[in-house]
Amino acid sequence: MTESVKQDVALPTGWKASDSPVKRAFAKSRLVQVAAGVLALLVLATVFAPLLSLHNPFDPSNLDLMDAFTAPWSQGMGEMFYPLGADDQGRDVYSAILYGLRMSVFVGVAAVALSLIIGVPLGLIAGYAGGWFDTLLMRIADVQLTFPVILVALLIFGIARGLLPEGYRDDMAVFVIIVAIGLSDWVQYARTVRGAVMVEKQKDYVLAAQLIGRSQTAILTKHILPNMLAPILVIATISFAHAIVAESTLSYLGVGLPPTAPSLGTLIRIGQSFLFSGEWWILLFPSLVLLALALSVNLVGDWLRDALNPKLQ
Amino acid sequence: MNMTTDTHNPVPDAVPVLRVHNLSVTFDTYKGPVHVLHDVSFDIFPGEILGVVGESGAGKSMTGSAVTGLIEAPGRISAGTVELRGLRIDTLQGEDLRRIRGKRIGTIFQDPLTSLNPVYTVGDHLVETIRTHLPVSEKEAEARALALLEEVEIPHAKERMSQYPHQFSGGMRQRVAIALALCAEPELIIADEPTTALDVSVQAQIIALLRKVCKERGAAAMLITHDMGVIAETADRVMVMYHGRVLETGAVRQVLDAPRDPYTQVLMAAIPSVHQRVERLPVPEVGGGAVAKAVPWTPKPVDAAAAQARPLVEVKHLCKEYDLSNGWLARLLAREDKKILKASDDVSFNIRKGTTFGLVGESGSGKSTVARMIAGLTPPTSGQILFDGVDKWSPAANTVAMRRRFQMIFQDPYASLNPRWTVEQLIAEPLVVLGLTSGPAETAERVQEALRRVRMKPDDAKKYPHQFSGGQRQRIAVARALASKPEFIICDEPTSALDVSVQAQVLNLMRDLQDEFGLTYLLISHNLAVIRHMCDDIGVMQRGKLVEVGESQAVLDDPQHQYTKDLMHAIPDIAHVH
Repeated sequence: MTESVKQDVALPTGWKASDSPVKRAFAKSRLVQVAAGVLALLVLATVFAPLLSLHNPFDPSNLDLMDAFTAPWSQGMGEMFYPLGADDQGRDVYSAILYGLRMSVFVGVAAVALSLIIGVPLGLIAGYAGGWFDTLLMRIADVQLTFPVILVALLIFGIARGLLPEGYRDDMAVFVIIVAIGLSDWVQYARTVRGAVMVEKQKDYVLAAQLIGRSQTAILTKHILPNMLAPILVIATISFAHAIVAESTLSYLGVGLPPTAPSLGTLIRIGQSFLFSGEWWILLFPSLVLLALALSVNLVGDWLRDALNPKLQ
Repeated sequence: MNMTTDTHNPVPDAVPVLRVHNLSVTFDTYKGPVHVLHDVSFDIFPGEILGVVGESGAGKSMTGSAVTGLIEAPGRISAGTVELRGLRIDTLQGEDLRRIRGKRIGTIFQDPLTSLNPVYTVGDHLVETIRTHLPVSEKEAEARALALLEEVEIPHAKERMSQYPHQFSGGMRQRVAIALALCAEPELIIADEPTTALDVSVQAQIIALLRKVCKERGAAAMLITHDMGVIAETADRVMVMYHGRVLETGAVRQVLDAPRDPYTQVLMAAIPSVHQRVERLPVPEVGGGAVAKAVPWTPKPVDAAAAQARPLVEVKHLCKEYDLSNGWLARLLAREDKKILKASDDVSFNIRKGTTFGLVGESGSGKSTVARMIAGLTPPTSGQILFDGVDKWSPAANTVAMRRRFQMIFQDPYASLNPRWTVEQLIAEPLVVLGLTSGPAETAERVQEALRRVRMKPDDAKKYPHQFSGGQRQRIAVARALASKPEFIICDEPTSALDVSVQAQVLNLMRDLQDEFGLTYLLISHNLAVIRHMCDDIGVMQRGKLVEVGESQAVLDDPQHQYTKDLMHAIPDIAHVH
């Protein structure tokens, strides 16, 4: 019914359905503009963290224990001014957030990249080839999905730490956590891409490509993959936010990044223990930054999905 | 009283059931208001069926929605009135409107599967609808429901009451939809493309049924369709719409035989007929008048040498079986035999070089399966396809040189063009893959040439498929098929998704290209008129078997097989009178 109604709407001259609603949406929607602005700001902050920060919070020699728990916007015992206060180690919260943001974004991007690299090709092949490979892959995916993501990540994290020699554990923590999150998240991509491929491969344009003798690889990468962009982008933005939160959760649980090189999650964990003793700033500011990051990525991701869809251009 | 718009009122003194007067519908968009209906006026009298025809975008469905108050924001009725037996209904809101919509106006939609809820039985649907509108008990409602099912001629109505929609075939579901529309004994029935999703033979039954119930109950009906044949067989009067305006309204025979409006005249002539072949169809254009005039058919002299020559395509005893049975274990436990579907059963025919071979049949008759086997997309179970003497399924055929000689045009131009590719990329793909060009410059040139052939603009190359209308997309698909200069093109329902005028354009284009390049076509269609217009030889398929094959004129004018006779009889044709 809606279909026929839609078709029957005459589009007289001067009113084109093809007029770019994407640009208009960007120009119109304050929300997307603000989100893009926030995201740009956060990205700049991660890139220029060493320049913007007041000291390097990862270097213990910079920290002054006498300044521990300095309140926001006040002077410490020494020369140092703390715009967002200091934590229990006398670490400037503002600088710690900049460096923590760096860690979080790096972990998020790398984890998403890893799960993309694993999940998308597996999903493409499973959806296109079907048969035993599809069945096997989907059963593995089903089994993994029955465990909570955090649990899988914990498991991988535990095994990796057990395998690594003692001295490398803290250095390798970042990579271990990337692998842990990446491996626990690929299922989403594989399943979504598989479903979308199964829809696309029925379409006549795939037949037309087969007819002129294009190889399976060419059909998959040149014809079907570009049509997977929208679903992949949607999951990628959501799972980027997820990965950051997962890293924070793991760090919060004490198995993530060490307190000497804190991410946003580690900072939140540290801050949480002082929340009820009145030192609220250690928790509040990293949490706000995490919220802003996750939210702006999702909003911009949604917009990007539409912008990359030629049907909406 | 407004009688001026309709001078062909059959019962001048009667009070119309529905009176629509100067109705305009406007969509408020960011670029200002867009008028999709302008001053639409018509009356429908008791017991009368008004056919509303027009191409897509003409405003037919919008008129139906306006009458039932189903126009969604940002659309609104900007002017005019809708009266149901003298009561203004266009201004009604909420509950008042809902009561009218179900009880006094019944609606039948195009797709009966989506208009029925799959988790309720057919009986539930009917009983619920009856009890919503009429103050009757459960028992009475059931009795009424049963009577309704019998009225719409559903066999074993009692048993079928407790069955679910998926257990009904498409035609049976549409009968249920008609029964549902009749539940509350409406004065007006609005049927929006009620037979478009159905096969020809089923379509004929539904048309007959619709006429019967309207006449028996004295209900007025508004039948919206793009199919002129359906209108000719069903309607008493017809209203022709174009771009949101009413072009003309009149008695059905008068409009079909002697249309007054120039656009309607060409539109009628653009419909291929099963009984007559023309060389070129006229193409209706905005503002009336024909761009291409109809050219009468001139039989071509038969070239004796060509007739003796080896056919370009020989199909020999082609079989395709699909195993639909359960796994061997389940079969063993249930003591079942294998369930084999013979999609193609010993099909043999030849296609002469430079001619068009038509394959006709209803959905599920196996014509697309045969086409796919010939195209090399589905391997046959047994049998042979010889293309210029080479077995299509032998390794010898699996060469670039062989693939260059083949192309295919698909039914749905929305699905056959990759939405993420530009037109240029789409047309260039076969050229590049089949190694037909020496470099990007030559590719671009050949893309432009192909676009010119199908009469598209050079700068269309940079656009994406969704920026074009259905007809333009099909022309892009034709351009893609032509770019590699094939000898043989398989066309699978190339015009069934298109409007009459666009169909005429595409069919004419196919003809022009055949004359110019000596192309050979295999044309698959359920539309006998299109087949008649295009084909030299035809084959009729029924349930996987080729039941009749021969020269097109001979087969269609004097069908030998019962199935062909039934098909010819069932097609709604504008020459028929009810």
